[in-house]
Amino acid sequence: MIDTDVGASAPVPATATSRARAVARAARSSPLLTAGGAIALVIVIIAVAAPLLAPFPGDAGTATNPFAVLRPPSAAHLLGTDQVGRDLLSRVIYGTRVSPLIAAYVLAIAAAVGIPLGIAAGYFGGWLDEVIMRITDVFLAFPPLLLALALAAVLPASLTSVTIAIAATWWPWYARLIRGQAASVAGRPFIESCRALGIPRWRILARHVLPNSITPMIVQISLDVGGVILVASALSFLGLGAQDPTPEWGLMVAQGQPYFPTAWWLVTFPGLAILITAFGFNLLGDGLRDLLDPRGAILR
Amino acid sequence: MTSYVARRAALAVLVVAGAIAVTFTIAHAVPGDPATAWAGPHASATQIARARHFLGLDRPLPVQLAGYASGVLTGNWGTSIHTHQPVLSDLAVYAPATLELVIAALLIAVAVGVPLGLVCARWPGRAADHGVRAASIVGVSMPIFWMALILQLLVADRLKLLPVAGQYSPDLMFSHPLARRTGFDVVDALITGNWPMLGSTLSHLILPALVVAAYPAGLIARMVRAQVLDLVGEDHVRFARSLGIGDRAVFGRYLMKLAWNPVSAAIALVFGYSLVNTFLVESIFDWPGLGSYAANSVATLDIPAILGVTLFVAIVYVLANLIVDVVQAALDPRIRLR
Repeated sequence: MIDTDVGASAPVPATATSRARAVARAARSSPLLTAGGAIALVIVIIAVAAPLLAPFPGDAGTATNPFAVLRPPSAAHLLGTDQVGRDLLSRVIYGTRVSPLIAAYVLAIAAAVGIPLGIAAGYFGGWLDEVIMRITDVFLAFPPLLLALALAAVLPASLTSVTIAIAATWWPWYARLIRGQAASVAGRPFIESCRALGIPRWRILARHVLPNSITPMIVQISLDVGGVILVASALSFLGLGAQDPTPEWGLMVAQGQPYFPTAWWLVTFPGLAILITAFGFNLLGDGLRDLLDPRGAILR
Repeated sequence: MTSYVARRAALAVLVVAGAIAVTFTIAHAVPGDPATAWAGPHASATQIARARHFLGLDRPLPVQLAGYASGVLTGNWGTSIHTHQPVLSDLAVYAPATLELVIAALLIAVAVGVPLGLVCARWPGRAADHGVRAASIVGVSMPIFWMALILQLLVADRLKLLPVAGQYSPDLMFSHPLARRTGFDVVDALITGNWPMLGSTLSHLILPALVVAAYPAGLIARMVRAQVLDLVGEDHVRFARSLGIGDRAVFGRYLMKLAWNPVSAAIALVFGYSLVNTFLVESIFDWPGLGSYAANSVATLDIPAILGVTLFVAIVYVLANLIVDVVQAALDPRIRLR
């Protein structure tokens, strides 16, 4: 196909439209990608329409029903009720507004910190590169989740703390990933010709280096949505995140644990919600990787 | 080789120094006053001031960092607020049970993940490949604290196939007491020939190990698949096949060996993942390891203990990475000569 876009000023190999077309093509050829996209879409729709879908929207908040405690699933309460009589289905539905949103915040913060640092390290090299990379080395010396857990433990237990704790430990992965890309792009002839033309540095970085190094980041971010949801729910399970009336799935599993042998639904359904959500986003990320970055590493 | 090892070891030392600085920084990110917390709820102002002096919190930050770092190096990791024991001796008590659990989990993960990855790579794009791929994605999407609770209820509580919790049946401690040699219960039972105890420890180990194995098994299956698919197109594999060597031998013997490369490269990573995952699993199974210790410390906001566990796991992780790098360099000259 001949590129008829005369105004194109730089060789940007993957434009937005060609990416969209490639996504559409892959949807037909990759069942995993399609399934993951469908699950993710359904979750977003549930989150948006939660007040319409939840049979008892008040139960996602501070409402309690002392006369309907620990009821098993029935026609009135499809997933049963919890230890203070709240409708579990309503709480699980409202849960789609908690964990996925935290994942979005964490990934946005991590990308906003990691991308500029990584691009600067890769493009400029030298002492700046050394300093930034040694800092990321230290962060990466901790297994994933460990540092976030320690940080969340010393901060007051809240969803804000969890978001800060995960984001503060997530950006080094992105800085490293994009640094490698930026370093290889920086050595290419078209960047050199940009410099020769006297294009300002920030413009080279923003318009030429960034778009040409961003593809693996897009793949990695989509792969990480599920991971962040798991980490956030694990921290809430340990009592470091969401606090009681918040319908957070990990917290709901923790709260149901003492009643589990007699009230199986309390633990089962919120956990299933975590699994399905993480699974959907992981499928989506996996499919996107096949599509945009087939040679990308299996690990981060 | 020596220079490569020296370089990697020097880097590891630097990284551990950085990790010490990071845990120190986290300790000082605590909102609220640690001296007040240490002195207790009804302490007077003078008692709090004395506590502040006792804890060294009235000294300048760089001095505190130096003191903390030299304490870590000389074995003074602080005192747990909850157990009132030195953190380092607590860690020494709890570490063997966790290492036993993690090693068992990694053995399961390799035994399951490598064959599954080979099956995927043998028939890429077919039903088996999609099935294993989906299963491995389920493995990495699993909230393992939930999986632990579900398996515990189904397999142990309802079906009574395996014990619910603990490291061995307490009754056996009277009839067949376990002699402490290494601190690893399974190994101790094995080398002292304590067969009833060995059976009991193994049956108690299976369920938590399966839970911890879920994530690494999925990861290993995916890595083996990718690696073998890369290799199938290589000249030496095509040559072997053109000689008429059957697929069973090509995949089962030759590619199987090469598939170990990504597995050994990732073993330190999955080891680190699994160590941290025990934080979520051990307390559910009442497993007396670092994970239970960490979960208890988190529940009681025992900051010195939390930071001690964090630093300990980070150091173990750095060491694991170092060992893997050195072993790989010893096996593959391309790495050390780079």
